[in-house]
Amino acid sequence: MIPHPDPTQETLVLNMGPQHPSTHGVLRVLLKMDGEYVIEAEPVLGYGHRMHEKMGEVRSHNGFYANVGRMDYGGALSFAHGHVLAVERLSDIQVPERAEYIRVITTELNRVASHLLWIGAFLLDLGAFTPILYSFDDREIALDLLEHVTGARITFSYFRVGGVCNDIDEQFIEGTKKFIKRMRERIPMFHKLVTGNIIFRKRVEGIGIIDRDMALRYGVTGPMIRGSGIPYDIRKVEPYSVYPEFDFDIPTYDEGDCMARHKVRMDEIEQSLRIIEQGLEKLPDGPVMMEKVPKKVKSGPGDTFMSVEAARGELCYYLATDGTDTPYRMKIRSPSYSNLSILKEVTSGILLSDLVAVMGSMDLVIPEIDR
Amino acid sequence: MVVIRTLIPLLKGLAFTIKHLFVKPITYQYPEQRREVSERWRGLHRLKMDDGRLLCVACGLCEAVCPADVITVERTETEDGRSFPSRFDVEVTRCIFCGYCQEACPKDAIELTRNYDFCEYTREEFNLNRDQLAKIEEA
Ligand code: SF4
Ligand code: SF4
Repeated sequence: MIPHPDPTQETLVLNMGPQHPSTHGVLRVLLKMDGEYVIEAEPVLGYGHRMHEKMGEVRSHNGFYANVGRMDYGGALSFAHGHVLAVERLSDIQVPERAEYIRVITTELNRVASHLLWIGAFLLDLGAFTPILYSFDDREIALDLLEHVTGARITFSYFRVGGVCNDIDEQFIEGTKKFIKRMRERIPMFHKLVTGNIIFRKRVEGIGIIDRDMALRYGVTGPMIRGSGIPYDIRKVEPYSVYPEFDFDIPTYDEGDCMARHKVRMDEIEQSLRIIEQGLEKLPDGPVMMEKVPKKVKSGPGDTFMSVEAARGELCYYLATDGTDTPYRMKIRSPSYSNLSILKEVTSGILLSDLVAVMGSMDLVIPEIDR
Repeated sequence: MVVIRTLIPLLKGLAFTIKHLFVKPITYQYPEQRREVSERWRGLHRLKMDDGRLLCVACGLCEAVCPADVITVERTETEDGRSFPSRFDVEVTRCIFCGYCQEACPKDAIELTRNYDFCEYTREEFNLNRDQLAKIEEA
């Protein structure tokens, strides 16, 4: 695995990570360099592996549910949404409509928070310190709102098989409306300060180009494939939950560079706000938990597959069960892991500083890669 | 020309930052100033008391539901036939604060308080027993 540089050529092997700030966690990238140019970048995984899939096979569905938020600290609720939907599909559980709306509203709010975290971290990678303070200012409000309903700020543990554990209240609805208004004023500010900034543009425009063909070959998903001009979003192409009832667009940009991915995410914040707004308007009354949830969620022998759109791309759960309340096999396809596979091809021949920009634009969450 | 084109956005950004010197800070001066957490906050556990008696009947449901296996309950009976826990241990360091225990409890006897900053010198001090859990105040 370790590339052996040819001593006759002046190549250099450089370890980026496992403790490198711009890898956002414990990811190690083995770089074969020719001066400042990257010849080959090889991601090395496994430093933070916690055997989540195995844990899913020894714990009951409900017991494992507490784990899912630990995989993606940025957008924990999308991971939770996928898991509860998979279990519900497996055991034919009908969820009250209000609960499904609440799930979508909170997940989208979490997606906004996740994208805000990304903007801050991405610009920090590029050497701009201040934007993270602004984006965290906004993210803080989103997290406060989520904390108000769920009781935690990162590992929400809020959805349950059969609904959600607590109803949302007036204070959350009012607060969310205010947050939407505030974000709509802040997005132009981000565009003015960041997107139009000449230094930023020089760092990201035309860097790390992923064309349509390459994106399809590697199966990248989420904002990365949408930045290459392919409108692939599970919420539209394979609608789940109550998403078909909302009116929202899938932003795409054709350039395929880091700038396109930045723009996609900025536009997605706006689209998520639209979904939240419509969700709060349409929110039906009723219970938030189905009656008589079984203590042990059982199903007949069988398997199921559920994919949802997480903040970073397509997230799939595959559950096979032999009739007990514990899955026989659980497979999780996490978006960052598949997106990372493209790194080697995209970054061959670019500058080291551009590699940081490319990795930043991928929005890598390491606990989700090393799950 | 390039220098000016590069400098202008920098100055614009700086002007924006300077404006923020005059607005109320968004940070908290912890620990002098503490943040109010939500009513539903899942912090340190507490066993509820009623008239000096524990509400817990040692049914063991919280022990069964806990995904991290950190609760240990042992049941015993008083002379008049009431059951209560002779032992109720929580290993707080291994708890993942999922809140399942307070949801599962039929007597509403265990609760996750709003206490979010707890620290000790050793790990052992975090293995709380029944009496310690009962003494924890509602934050
Ligand atoms: S909060 Fe969760 S992990 Fe902690 S004791 Fe209760 S059930 Fe167990
Ligand atoms: S705390 Fe509640 S669930 Fe746990 S043993 Fe006591 S009564 Fe049962």
